[in-house]
Amino acid sequence: MSVVERMKLWGLKKSPWVYHLNTGACNNCDIEILELLTPRFDVERLGVLLAPSPRHADALLVTGICTKQARPRLQEIYRQTPKPCLVVCIGACACTGGIFHDGWHFDGPVDEAIREVDPDAMIIYIPGCPPKPEAMIATIAKALGDL
Amino acid sequence: MQAVIAVILGIFGTAFFGLLFQWVDRLVTARIQWRKGPPIYQPLADILKLLGKETVVSERASVGWFLLAPVLGFTGVCVAACILWAALLNPQPDSGFVGDLIVVVYFLIFPSLALILGASASGNPYAAVGASREMKLVIAYELPFILAMVPPILKANLSLKLTDIVQAQSDGVTLASVGGFLAFLCMLAAVQAKLGVVPFDQAEAETELTGGAIVEYSGPALAMIRLTRGMLLFLLPLFVITVFWGGVHFSGWGWLTSPLKFIVLLVVIVLMRNTSPRLRIDQAMRFFWFIVGPIAVAAAFISVYHHGML
Repeated sequence: MSVVERMKLWGLKKSPWVYHLNTGACNNCDIEILELLTPRFDVERLGVLLAPSPRHADALLVTGICTKQARPRLQEIYRQTPKPCLVVCIGACACTGGIFHDGWHFDGPVDEAIREVDPDAMIIYIPGCPPKPEAMIATIAKALGDL
Repeated sequence: MQAVIAVILGIFGTAFFGLLFQWVDRLVTARIQWRKGPPIYQPLADILKLLGKETVVSERASVGWFLLAPVLGFTGVCVAACILWAALLNPQPDSGFVGDLIVVVYFLIFPSLALILGASASGNPYAAVGASREMKLVIAYELPFILAMVPPILKANLSLKLTDIVQAQSDGVTLASVGGFLAFLCMLAAVQAKLGVVPFDQAEAETELTGGAIVEYSGPALAMIRLTRGMLLFLLPLFVITVFWGGVHFSGWGWLTSPLKFIVLLVVIVLMRNTSPRLRIDQAMRFFWFIVGPIAVAAAFISVYHHGML
């Protein structure tokens, strides 16, 4: 790997900005994401910032089953995010559909909707209902380590 | 040779200190909020990461102007930095002309103008609102900012050369006089607005405009905007120190007092940013026109009287 590529990768590992995207969650996972930014967990010490727009984001934190309403919007937001970007499916619903997998409004799960746009998308799964903030930090750290 | 050193130091030195100051800003903010804060290499990591990312340009954007704007802002800051460093490195009054106060003031407006230009070219409604707010803010703070230069210029016997202004303060800084102090306070408010930090971050306003003027930028263009911000965070305190506080000296006590001046100004900026809420744009304009503006005028008149020209 050339020096330039190594520097890019180092930057990406050390400063992943996240964009928070709710595709039909019950708000529980979203509350846990907000926990991450509070002084107790303080993910800014790992370089994580909450980006206000997908244009600035390196990781999409997707919560909730992908509903029929949300699916095209999720795909559009993924297209609008500058690559390379990670997709982090947070919670049982985003990973598999959870208890809503039989619901009439279910049009997911999230990874299928993303793969339809980009078959090579980098997708990370954090199961749990909701997952603990510690679990999110551990998973994202592992995923960034594997890049 | 001197010019080459000034240019290299002006660009790389300012970028280095700018990123360092950005880190201090984020660390102090974190500590105020009882957080641990980011590591020292964080601003550099942000810049490197953004340089490695894709640049997405909206379909409705005017591509040329959109991508040119960050470069313009960056260039303006670099030129202003070079002029200031040149005056710093060679403070003798007989050194050649490299640019005076007016040129520096002009180039310091560049980042704001570039932001307005880039935001207007981006084709995003949020960016359009951000651009209009930035425009109003520039109209509001430029007058007090320029009026605040009157006491230092009078002290230097109506000379606009940076070296003369520094030299004139060798027997007592501008800050120590009544007019100078009032002008210094006006300057601090204007610096806060020039940096675009709370309480004057209406143009960006993450919570209401999702990034406002910079919402459409991504990749290297955003990296350039962030680097420009960082350089300004070092450059504006340097400018204030040069004009009001006797400049920077690297001999004897200067090694101790010069960094201290920077620390004091940076702490003031960071504390103001962390202890105040964002003003509405009309409140910000009213603040600059009806509070800061008259104080700057008063400061100018006091120093005119003080120097026996009235």
